[in-house]
Amino acid sequence: MRSIGALLVLLAAVPATAPAATEGFPLQDAHTDVSSLASLQRGARNFVNYCLGCHSAKYMRYSQVAEDLALTEEELRENLMFTGTRIYDAMESAMPADKAREWFGNAPPDLSLMARSRGVDYLYTFLRSFYEDPSRPTGANNAVLPQTAMPNVLASLQGMQRARFEKTVDEEGKETVHLVALDPGIPGEMPAPAFDSFVRDTVAFLEYVAEPAKAQRKALGVWVILFLLMFTTFSYFLYKEYWKDVK
Amino acid sequence: MAGQAAPAGTGRLAALGAWIDERFPMTKLWKEHVSEYYAPKNFNFWYYFGSIALFVLVLQIVTGIFLTMSYKPSATEAFGSVEYIMRDVEWGWLIRYLHSTGASAFFIAVYLHMFRALLYGSHRKPRELLWIFGVLIFLALMAEAFFGYLLPWGNMSYWGAQVIVSLFGTFPVIGDALIEWIRGDYFISDITLNRFFALHVVALPLVLIFLVVAHILALHEVGSNNPDGIEIKKTKGGDGHPLDGIPFHPYYTVKDLFGLSVFLVLFAAVLFFAPEFGGLFLEAPNFEPANPLLTPEHIAPVWYFTPYYAILRAVPAFAGTQVWGVLVLFAAVFILFFVPWLDKAPVKSIRYRGPIYKVALMVFAANFIMLGYCGLKPVVQPFKTLSVIGTIIYFGFFLAMPWYSRIDRFKPEPARVTS
Repeated sequence: MRSIGALLVLLAAVPATAPAATEGFPLQDAHTDVSSLASLQRGARNFVNYCLGCHSAKYMRYSQVAEDLALTEEELRENLMFTGTRIYDAMESAMPADKAREWFGNAPPDLSLMARSRGVDYLYTFLRSFYEDPSRPTGANNAVLPQTAMPNVLASLQGMQRARFEKTVDEEGKETVHLVALDPGIPGEMPAPAFDSFVRDTVAFLEYVAEPAKAQRKALGVWVILFLLMFTTFSYFLYKEYWKDVK
Repeated sequence: MAGQAAPAGTGRLAALGAWIDERFPMTKLWKEHVSEYYAPKNFNFWYYFGSIALFVLVLQIVTGIFLTMSYKPSATEAFGSVEYIMRDVEWGWLIRYLHSTGASAFFIAVYLHMFRALLYGSHRKPRELLWIFGVLIFLALMAEAFFGYLLPWGNMSYWGAQVIVSLFGTFPVIGDALIEWIRGDYFISDITLNRFFALHVVALPLVLIFLVVAHILALHEVGSNNPDGIEIKKTKGGDGHPLDGIPFHPYYTVKDLFGLSVFLVLFAAVLFFAPEFGGLFLEAPNFEPANPLLTPEHIAPVWYFTPYYAILRAVPAFAGTQVWGVLVLFAAVFILFFVPWLDKAPVKSIRYRGPIYKVALMVFAANFIMLGYCGLKPVVQPFKTLSVIGTIIYFGFFLAMPWYSRIDRFKPEPARVTS
């Protein structure tokens, strides 16, 4: 687990010549583990409570989540499902797309495959990199995705970070402003390490959602390769046996 | 052995065999192409890739059939149907990864197979036609891979197809009409997707199978080359079979089975632990549906096309048109047809050729990999200059071959194969 403090140290280490925060904001390693059921279960609850209100995961079915995360139908209904949805339904957002466009400028993207198109480190860093910015309509901006339309929905947990900017002047006298670090501002309900693991679980769930077979794939792969190695051994001796008489 | 254990069963089976043989050359074909096809006994590591490529072809056809059962070739449904395969179809994820990993494996096998020919002179007389069928297979495979890449209808599929199709638009006068004809529309659309699907699942597999059969028939007509590059048919024993030849079955069936199982270990390692292969086999932007309004940050074709993509980009626009790059790209593939006649060396195998060819071939191989790397990168320095140098080396290897292949220092070829 990496605390905000470590993040700050890391950011301070970034040389001043690094590109502005608009691109190349350093991504932190998410350290997710899709084989941990407990992490995925917590992540599923976080996802339903904090994401599904606006974002869908339209290629994911509730029933599949229950099966893969070892939840009973009852646990599924009580913890993860909105009223009125059936267990074979996809995880659709409750928010109508046309209203979303009206409220946020563009519809919140479907999150089914976000962990594969952007990567888990991106999601992990993105969710931890909101900061206070009164110039934005939502009051918050993001270091990874500047000018994002997404409000800081996790502010109650993380608190509101403040961005530290630095002015640099290049040889031609041109001034540029860089975001160099995110400092803790108004504290939230969670201390930094707890918040980090909250985000990690959520991202792990998204990683699972992007490829539900991932854990199964790796577990099965070990056996397939063991079998093939054995098969290779046999086929090697078969080959040597036949070739004994080739001079 | 089995015959002694169950003579009655074998007798009935033999009778059935005889019944078929009177009506169809079953035993004759088996003998000609398998049990009495005499192959040189000194095949080495490089000789595994032909049978591996054949295996991957079968794998692609079988997995392709199963994918077709659940895939929907429509602009609105294609992307979702791939996710349906990945999630809801029983073992769908495995079938899809077999197919996507198989595509890359196919090119790895084919590139190594072609490199083998350049090592041991397998394209030289009397195997020119065998080589030409091989280059045609390579061409058909590139087309097959290109059409197949559009089908998942991801954003990289879409923009990759856009870039490649627009190459045809650079031809003067007919360019615009030509791309419209290829797309069947004014942009890459549902219509394009449907025709690419037809070409990918019916037309090109038929062409590939036909060419592979022709390739193998030509091989069995002239006989296999070997690492010594000498003709084993020149020294035959009393039984009329080459002294240095051994029946393909069982000797090479068991040897290739071993080679195949080693290949499968590596294949499974990629499939189960890194199916995206760091974004080379499955690219991140392709996990977003096709979006005509949103260009991916950096469009690069899949890795197996990138050496040729780098060549395309290395050629500057001239006289107000980009067509030169496209022509050079086509030339880079078509030049392969002429290799048997460009090579003037008196010996076939690299073992008996001098330092010039050894150096030239190693430089060519390293250069091909470097071009592939450049093709993955955006058009910035140093990749711009490297692509230009790489293109010159690529063509230089072939165009200067008639000269440097002649003046090399050669060693005498042995009369019989060495181990």
